[in-house]
Amino acid sequence: MANVLVIAESRAGELRKVALEAVTAGRKLAELAGGGDVHVLLAGGAGITGKAAPLAEHGADKVLVLEHDGFAMYNPEALAATVAGLLKGGTYAFGLFSATSHGRDLSPRVAAKLGVALLPDVTGFSVDGGSVVGQHPINNAKVIATLALSSSPALVSVRPAAFTPAPEARALATEAITSAVDPASSRVKVVELKQGNTDKIDLNDAPVIIAGGRGLKVAENFKLCEDLAEAFGNAAVGATRAVTDEGWRPHTDQIGQTGRNVSPDLYIAAGISGAIQHLAGMRTSRTIVAINKDKDAPIFKIADYGIVGDALEVLPVLTAAVKAAKAS
Amino acid sequence: MKIAVCIKRVPVMEVKFAITADRSRYEETGLKYDINDFDLWAIEAALQLKEKAGDGTVHVVCMGPNAAQEQIRKAMAMGADSGVLLESDARNYDGLAVARALAAELKDGSYDLVLFGRVSIDSMNQMTGPMVAELLDLPVVTNVFKLDVSGGAGRAERVLEGGSEVVEFPLPAVLTIDDGLNKERLPSLKGIMAAKKKPLEVKPATLEGVQLTVKSMALPAERAAGRIVGEGVDAVPELVRLLQTEAKVL
Repeated sequence: MANVLVIAESRAGELRKVALEAVTAGRKLAELAGGGDVHVLLAGGAGITGKAAPLAEHGADKVLVLEHDGFAMYNPEALAATVAGLLKGGTYAFGLFSATSHGRDLSPRVAAKLGVALLPDVTGFSVDGGSVVGQHPINNAKVIATLALSSSPALVSVRPAAFTPAPEARALATEAITSAVDPASSRVKVVELKQGNTDKIDLNDAPVIIAGGRGLKVAENFKLCEDLAEAFGNAAVGATRAVTDEGWRPHTDQIGQTGRNVSPDLYIAAGISGAIQHLAGMRTSRTIVAINKDKDAPIFKIADYGIVGDALEVLPVLTAAVKAAKAS
Repeated sequence: MKIAVCIKRVPVMEVKFAITADRSRYEETGLKYDINDFDLWAIEAALQLKEKAGDGTVHVVCMGPNAAQEQIRKAMAMGADSGVLLESDARNYDGLAVARALAAELKDGSYDLVLFGRVSIDSMNQMTGPMVAELLDLPVVTNVFKLDVSGGAGRAERVLEGGSEVVEFPLPAVLTIDDGLNKERLPSLKGIMAAKKKPLEVKPATLEGVQLTVKSMALPAERAAGRIVGEGVDAVPELVRLLQTEAKVL
C-alpha cells in the first residue's frame, strides 16, 4: 500500500484552498503508486477539528487532527517534529506539502530530520517504478526540470494552483493526535499574524487577479483595480515591483521573480509594461488581459487579449461592464 | 557579531535559455553569471548587522564551480571579510546533499547568524537554509523582510501569501532573507581593491547520498501570440464578450 500523508494548511483557524489542492494531489499520487490511503494532518488551535469536513469531501480517508492552542499560530518546530514522527513510522510512502510560505518552511525541516531529499514545488508528477518524477520550474520558470526522487518516504511539495481541488467524497473519519514535542518548547515563536484585510481573497487563492503597474500613476488609482476586483467578486489585487518599491502597495502584494508566483484563471494587467521579472511570476496564468497605452509593451506578447489604451480610462468602463455581465 | 552568508553563483536570467540535444541540461555557453539576487540582500543584511554591532565579521560560503570565486570577490568588495568556495562543478538539485556539505563547513564556525537568500533563482529549491538549520540544530526563520537583532535574540517578520507573521527567535540562528529587507550596496572602487587581498579558501565539496536527480529539461510551452482587441474604452464590450464566450472566465 502506497499511503500518502498530506499536510493541510490552515491559517487563523480556517482551511486554505491550497489544503484541498494538496488533498487532490495526494489522491492522484496514491492512485499512480498503485493505490493507498490518503491521510491528512490538520493542525491548529481550539476548534480546528470542526474544519476537517472539506478534507474528507476531497478524498481524505482519515484526518489526523492536532488541536492544541500551541498550534493556533504556525509552530514550525513542533509541527516538523510531529510530521517527521508520523512519516518515520513506516505507514506512509509519501509526504505531500503545499509549496507555500509555510509549506516551504516546513517541508525542508522534515526532510532534513528524516535524512531524505525533497522534490520541491512541482506543477505535476508521475510515478515511475520506485521514483516520483515531478516537473519543477527552474531559472525563473524559464526552464522546466523533470526531477526523479528515489527516497523513502518520498517528500513532495506541490505548487499552489497547479492542482484543482476535485470533490471525491469520503465519510469523515478523524483521529485526534498529539504533538511529538511540547508545543511551548519551540525556539522559533510566531507572536503575531498580520493578514491585512481578512475579507480579501489571497493572491494564491484568487481565480482572478487584477494587477496594477506604474501606468496607474499614483497609489490612489489602485482604487480602480479594487473596484474591478469587487465587480468580479472572486478577485485579488496584485502589483509590480516598481509599485511596491514606491510604497503604493504592500510588499506582500508583489507579483514577479522576487515576489509571488501566481497562475489564476484570469490575470488582468493594468498599466503594466511587462518587465521579464514580472512576467516570471504570472506567465502561467490561464488567460491574460493587458491594458496599456504603449502598443509595443512586452506584456502584449504574452497577453491573450490586449487593449491599447489608458488603464485609468479603461478600468472604470470594464468594471461597469463586468458588473453588468455578472448581473445578467 | 559573527555572521556567515551562504551565496550562490547563478545565471543572469535576462536570456532565452536553450536545452541541450540530449535534454539533460540547459546550454551554458554564452551565459553570464552573478550573485543570486536574494543572496545580495543576505550579504547586505549581514553587513548592516555588523555595522550596527560595531564589530564582527562577515564570512561568505559558496558552493559552486571554480569560477564562483568571482562572486565571492564581489561579496568581499561589498564588505565581506573572508570567504570559502566549496568547489563542485555539478549542478545539484538535491538540496539535502548541498545542505549537508554546507552544514559540515559551518558547524564549527560559532556563528551568531547564518544567512541565506530565500531562494536561488536557478534551482528554485527554496530549501537549503532550513535544511542547514535542521542539520545544525539551530532555530530558523525563513522569508524575512523585516529584522531586528539585539541582545542575543531577534525579531523578524516573514512573508506569507497575503500577509505576514512576526517571529521571535534566539541566537544563534539561521535566517533566509526575502526581497524588501534592504537594497544591496554597490561595491566601491576601494572595496574592489581591498577585496583582492582578503582571504579566500578553495576546497573540494563532498556531495554524498544524492537522491534527487535530473531526468530531463525542457522549455515551457510558449504562449500562443495574443491579439489586440482594440483601442481605449471602445474595446471593452468586445473584451467582455471574449472573456465570456471564448476564454469562459466571466
